[in-house]
Amino acid sequence: MIFLELFWSFFQIGLFSVGGGYAALPLIQSQVVDTYGWMTMTEFTDIITISQMTPGPIAINAATFVGTRIAGPAGAAVATLGCIFPSCIIVLTLAFIYYKYRNITMVQGTLKGLQPAVVALIASAGLSIVVMSFFPAGEIALSAQAVDWVAVGIFAAAFAVLRIWKVNPIWVMCGAGVAGLAVYSLL
Amino acid sequence: MEKSRVKEKRLYWKLFWSTFQLSAFTFGGGYVIVPLMRRKFVMNLHWLEDDEMLDLTAIAQSTPGAMAVNASVLVGYRVAGLSGAFISVLATILPPFLILSVIALFYTQFRDNWAVNLVLKGMQAGVAAVICDVVVSMGWNIFKLRRILPVIMMVGAFVASWFFDINVVLVILICAVVGAIDTWRRERAGKKEGKKL
Repeated sequence: MIFLELFWSFFQIGLFSVGGGYAALPLIQSQVVDTYGWMTMTEFTDIITISQMTPGPIAINAATFVGTRIAGPAGAAVATLGCIFPSCIIVLTLAFIYYKYRNITMVQGTLKGLQPAVVALIASAGLSIVVMSFFPAGEIALSAQAVDWVAVGIFAAAFAVLRIWKVNPIWVMCGAGVAGLAVYSLL
Repeated sequence: MEKSRVKEKRLYWKLFWSTFQLSAFTFGGGYVIVPLMRRKFVMNLHWLEDDEMLDLTAIAQSTPGAMAVNASVLVGYRVAGLSGAFISVLATILPPFLILSVIALFYTQFRDNWAVNLVLKGMQAGVAAVICDVVVSMGWNIFKLRRILPVIMMVGAFVASWFFDINVVLVILICAVVGAIDTWRRERAGKKEGKKL
């Protein structure tokens, strides 16, 4: 049952991506790429790229993209619904608790406690993207021919620009795209 | 009676349209939407007080899932009850839903174009850098806490996920339990000393 699988898979992504922003990445990778194989690692990275440049949260974007490709518009609707369902229930419950007791410190404390794990999981997902970008063959290899040096150069430049000048990531992505087109087509 | 129905309809429509616009023009996702929502709902429409917006933001951040979705459920619920929550969620997910549906339909043809392929290859390296930048900033904040437990959790979670391929959900659940126990212990210790955490 593909619809049930889509719903359940994105339900878990919605339920366990705690900490906002990039927290959904490791979950999407684990569910969509590793468990079900609905996307390749390249497509996963493309979705993150697209999400940087279009409005909307990454998880919703991924749900729509994967749903559409697996089972058309109905699939997209089911996956998106699965993704937002847990948030809606939990957020309303928390709001109820908050208005009743004016206290959600236990919840907030637990979430703060989760922060280190969230960072680690995003790092792990990010590292797989680094590996994919640096090694076109898809595996870490210790020979110079296996490394895509252009990608390494673009990565280093983009990272430096982000760290030093705190530029908006959208511009960094555009720059990386232009650099990719220019350098790869010259080679 | 008839008059209040009309008023209600207009409120729903206003809620839908303002949330739709917010969602359609918020790029990069995440916390970017919060200041924009504040400007719209607190300053322009006067639907909420500033304090309440801050509290709603705290709740939205404490809930799993996309920040923009959580915040719009809360604002919609505050403004017009459950139907309000439904309307504002719908308005929030519609723009990315429509855009990504179109992209998904044309993705394969688009991806096979040689120029697009090279641009995306460059962007892959760019996105890797963006994520690394986020990780460095977030990780630095963990070290700045100057406590040993968060650092152990961070290293442990990374090793579990990267080297041992342990399921992400399992890692999160275990760390949530550890985090809850730690919070409870610190809160109790804080009470004994008569000060707040």
